[in-house]
Amino acid sequence: MSAIIDISSLKKDYYVGEVTVHALRGIDLQISQGEFVAIMGASGSGKSTMLNIIGCLDRPTSGTYLLDGINVAGMSKNERAAIRNRKIGFVFQSYNLLSRTSALENVELPLMYNPRIRAKERRERAIASLEAVGLQDRLDHMPNQLSGGQQQRVAIARSLVNDPVVILADEATGNLDTRTSYEIMALLQELNAKGKTIVFVTHEADIARCMSRSIVFRDGHIIRQEEVKNRLVAAETLKALPVEED
Amino acid sequence: MKLGNLFKVAMNALRRNKMRSFLTMLGIIIGVASVITMLAIGQGSKKSIEDQISSMGSNMLFVMPGTMRMGGVQQGSSSSQRLTTDDVNAIKTECNAVIAVSPEVRSSGQAVYGSSNWPTTIYGGNEEYLEIKSWSIVSGRNITDSEAKGSAKVCLIGRTVADELFGEGIDPTGETIRFKNIPFKIIGVLEEKGQNSFGQDQDDVLIAPFTTVQKRILAQTYIQSIQMSARSAEESSLAQEQVEEVLRQRHKLRENEDNDFEIRSQEELATTMTSVMDILTILLGAIAGISLLVGGIGIMNIMYVSVTERTREIGLRMSLGGRGIDILMQFLIESILLSVFGGLIGILLGLLASRIVAALTSWPITVMMGSVLLSFVVCTVIGVFFGWYPARKASDLDPIDALRYE
Repeated sequence: MSAIIDISSLKKDYYVGEVTVHALRGIDLQISQGEFVAIMGASGSGKSTMLNIIGCLDRPTSGTYLLDGINVAGMSKNERAAIRNRKIGFVFQSYNLLSRTSALENVELPLMYNPRIRAKERRERAIASLEAVGLQDRLDHMPNQLSGGQQQRVAIARSLVNDPVVILADEATGNLDTRTSYEIMALLQELNAKGKTIVFVTHEADIARCMSRSIVFRDGHIIRQEEVKNRLVAAETLKALPVEED
Repeated sequence: MKLGNLFKVAMNALRRNKMRSFLTMLGIIIGVASVITMLAIGQGSKKSIEDQISSMGSNMLFVMPGTMRMGGVQQGSSSSQRLTTDDVNAIKTECNAVIAVSPEVRSSGQAVYGSSNWPTTIYGGNEEYLEIKSWSIVSGRNITDSEAKGSAKVCLIGRTVADELFGEGIDPTGETIRFKNIPFKIIGVLEEKGQNSFGQDQDDVLIAPFTTVQKRILAQTYIQSIQMSARSAEESSLAQEQVEEVLRQRHKLRENEDNDFEIRSQEELATTMTSVMDILTILLGAIAGISLLVGGIGIMNIMYVSVTERTREIGLRMSLGGRGIDILMQFLIESILLSVFGGLIGILLGLLASRIVAALTSWPITVMMGSVLLSFVVCTVIGVFFGWYPARKASDLDPIDALRYE
């Protein structure tokens, strides 16, 4: 399997006033096509910085980062915007859907920033994407008419619509109850089974057990990296959960 | 992002906040409407003054006697008695830019017909006098050359005098009235002119041959002024120079001596009056312009609020691949749409308001296409200018910070 993400001796320093904060102190990390990776660590461990750099929102101070074979470490702001648009799908903790905008239009959003895609294709792909997350009958619903789980599904549909090489999820289940969390995990496992590479930042160990590999950060270093044994199948866990009575 | 999509996004954003968008536009609407209305009112009153001045005569020039010294004592304006009918004749033969010239003498007194009497002014002129004053006769005929020279006891009567002596609307041609005990046969009735811009009734006159007024009424050898028409408005100043030269020569003035007469032209009068109106128009426009500026600042204010409020949206758009320029354009187009829509509504409102003012005041109010076009351009510029800063602020945001913004 080829490496979708290939990071070597990557460092990131912040300057807060006169103090230098070493957020990442030399990271070597390879993520291959089809992996479902958990990034774990306490707050301040550098996992968010790592995600920002993987997501091309931030650039490293030094080191190399190849995304799908392209060196993105030295790219300009606009080049990175284009890379984000074509290669990356984001899923956020707080969904970040545009309010008073239909699910369909929310999902179309990334394609709006790709001038090569016409309105008709945009719409077709957004509908297909919403079908993939099981919301084909909620196309015209506004975010405030959807439950938290449904909103996160719309966000996942949005992250899929540009057919990215990797989906980055930042605490994507953080705002959801256990049951809904596993529903989302079941969806992500399903997408992963179809070949999507997913990087998932979380601090919940249970959720991390749904993934294929876990990487633990502390103080800017990777302190542990291991294959997940006895991987949870979210769909089965879901069935085992007690059904809450209203 | 494609321009079409940007417009769609901006329109959606404005539609999501209908009330706010409308209130923001209101500043521009009022600004544009008042600019258009104020300029229309300014132009309208200027036009009405111009019309009144041109009704005074055609390319008219007039010579008035200047000041005179008597043993070192200045005698005040128009005290000189040195204008004569010979000056008139000299102008007639020597000044080719002058096409009509007439002496003018006047006297105030009581006009009497039967048991009615009316205080009025009698003006003495020659057969060209009416032409110079661009006055026409509604019934009867003009004074002839021989009557003008031969002190004939005939006169033309103004509508006001005719109404007072003979009754409303009656044609008194052929009747005889007395003015300062001299009988005058009425040979014609003057067209009604109404009030001039100073509020004087221009129809309260009698016009008689100048010789009659000069010799029979005033018993003087000089005349009070000379009235002339230049060949055209362009030749008005040439005519003025020619007349000055002739009169200086005739009055035997040396190089260093001041004129003992004054030449005024209708052009000058019109220029003075219209420049006053221009100042008024500028003033009105400037006040209205300030309200437009305030409207623009309103847009800027709202755009700032909007950018802050939508920081997370901006972060999201950036993380999904929106470049700085996409974000900049999105907000810029929003503010341009606000100002242009506001401008269009303002133009309609301004046209309507001008119509209403015109109907209420009966001023000849004219909305200039220029002012409409100008307001529209100014609106677009305001949209860009006042939208630029907030839009710039939005596009400079860091996507990571913007996404975390609470």
